[in-house]
Amino acid sequence: MSNATTTERAPSVYVPSAEALATVLAPGARPPRPSALGASLTFGWRAMLKIKHVPEQLFDVTAFPIIMVLMFTYLFGGALADSPRDYLQFFLPGIMVTSVVMITMYTGIGLNTDIEKGIFDRFRTLPVWRPAALVGMIFGDVLRYILAALVILGVGLALGFRPDGGVAGVAAGIGLLVVFSFAFSWVWTFFGLILRSEKSVMGVSMMVLFPLTFLSNVFVEPSTMPGWLQAFVNVNPVTQLVAAVRASMSGSSDPSSVMWLLAWSAGFVVVFGTLTMYRYNRR
Amino acid sequence: MSRRTTGLAIEAEGLTRSFGDTRALAGIDLQVPAGTVYGLLGPNGAGKTTAVRVLATLLRPDGGTARVFGHDVVTEADAVRGRVSLTGQYASVDEDLTGTENLVLLARLLGLKKPAARDRAAALLAAFGLTDASDRQVKKYSGGMRRRIDIAASILNTPDLLFLDEPTTGLDPRSRNQVWEIIRAVVAHGTTVLLTTQYLDEADQLAGRIAVVDHGRVIAEGTPGELKSSVGSGTVHLRLRDPAQRPEAEKVLQAALGVPVQLEPDPVALLARVGEAGTDLDASAQAARALGDLARAGIVVDDFSLGQPSLDEVFLALTDHPAVPADERDDQLEAAR
Repeated sequence: MSNATTTERAPSVYVPSAEALATVLAPGARPPRPSALGASLTFGWRAMLKIKHVPEQLFDVTAFPIIMVLMFTYLFGGALADSPRDYLQFFLPGIMVTSVVMITMYTGIGLNTDIEKGIFDRFRTLPVWRPAALVGMIFGDVLRYILAALVILGVGLALGFRPDGGVAGVAAGIGLLVVFSFAFSWVWTFFGLILRSEKSVMGVSMMVLFPLTFLSNVFVEPSTMPGWLQAFVNVNPVTQLVAAVRASMSGSSDPSSVMWLLAWSAGFVVVFGTLTMYRYNRR
Repeated sequence: MSRRTTGLAIEAEGLTRSFGDTRALAGIDLQVPAGTVYGLLGPNGAGKTTAVRVLATLLRPDGGTARVFGHDVVTEADAVRGRVSLTGQYASVDEDLTGTENLVLLARLLGLKKPAARDRAAALLAAFGLTDASDRQVKKYSGGMRRRIDIAASILNTPDLLFLDEPTTGLDPRSRNQVWEIIRAVVAHGTTVLLTTQYLDEADQLAGRIAVVDHGRVIAEGTPGELKSSVGSGTVHLRLRDPAQRPEAEKVLQAALGVPVQLEPDPVALLARVGEAGTDLDASAQAARALGDLARAGIVVDDFSLGQPSLDEVFLALTDHPAVPADERDDQLEAAR
């Protein structure tokens, strides 16, 4: 604009130009639709961008797990083992599972707040693979799970956790945890869609997560529990997961637990993935 | 290369949809010719947004059928999605992301490779005057800029049918004019636009045809000219200096215009509808004569205007209730969701 300097810092006013609009409106050939994986990864990229712009949302995967590890190691360490350091060898895989499984509930809370906004209307009118928006969101969350697991591992190592399984065993353990958490996240996408508010999602999540994580083999050996409780603990998927992760990190293997946890994971994806998509399409 | 389409872009018959006890759509029929701007005019809670959401495949109707370019919105939703775009009432972009990121994200989802998506985003941002704001988060945009990025996102794939749900509500006049210009450019390129609005003048400015919606039904349909002539082409609004002269002014006006004169709640204001179908004089001639008569009668007029009938007046004429109370229905609807 030629007279821009004469006015006192007037912001340049947008004047829609027919020619400029004509250029962008000229219909080109429509590109082929992205593949299911491509679309999901693109939605995952959105999740990355949101972390970049709102890094505060990483608090729950950094501060929370650190507090969990410190609190329980020193709370129970002396009573349940000879020392916190001894207890940690048993406890760290368990608290890692507990923290990450608890963090999965943010998937539901995030979806519940996200879907209220207009952006999901746009996503749902795009001709892409339907579950992609949700799968991509969970891909983003998987990265958060990995981050939380690494933070816990770091704290554990600093406090004296020395896994016999070495790097490979620890990586395999975290891998199993991530697979389960990805599958378990579909429970929360479903609740995120059917419940009215963020608060109710949080309430339901807590009600499910506390028994699931505490009534397990995370903190103590199930053999110390009354029989009826052992019955629950033994079918609890978190117990299978902890057993598998613990075995892997200690350098042994527990094929039956691994099998159970993969079966549970498949079940969560099939059942809650289907329910989620049913609700998502009908909202 | 042109994808210009002929025939009907939208055909809807007897669409119904309820939320709990509230009937948002009570049997809507629509026929929208391709390549035009079609206005859905009505107050808040009339069912405009629900109709758009059904047609854009976001909501299933309880009854009735709707086709977009011949594809059923329920059974062939995916085919419909390939040809439409929606700009919702609330920003349909991610407010945490920047302008560029939003457009690149959507372009990638439409199948463009990364470099092509970047080019497309940059071109759209330039055409919409958002280049300077391209690296800013959308939540930091002004209302007008948000609308523009929203519409830019909607034409990424140059859709055959664009839904614009109250695109200018809450915008200042300049931003509103910008949006109007954009809509004109979009339709000039063969895209059909279904526009919902609460403002008659907006529908008048842009739409080739208008459907007036109330309580989930179409209560009138036609060109803007047809609709307005059904309620009279204009309204004279008058404000006097001295409230004591109002009875006198009422008589003079009535004599000059030959129509009933309404007294407004404001003690100096009067209102009369002119240019009714069937009278010989056009509205401006009638109004000019009335103004002359008032001056000769020694009545001091502070403010005199001849305007189009407002939505309220159209409503009063078409239904027998004003447009306003439907707001309460809107609240119920919101609650039902």
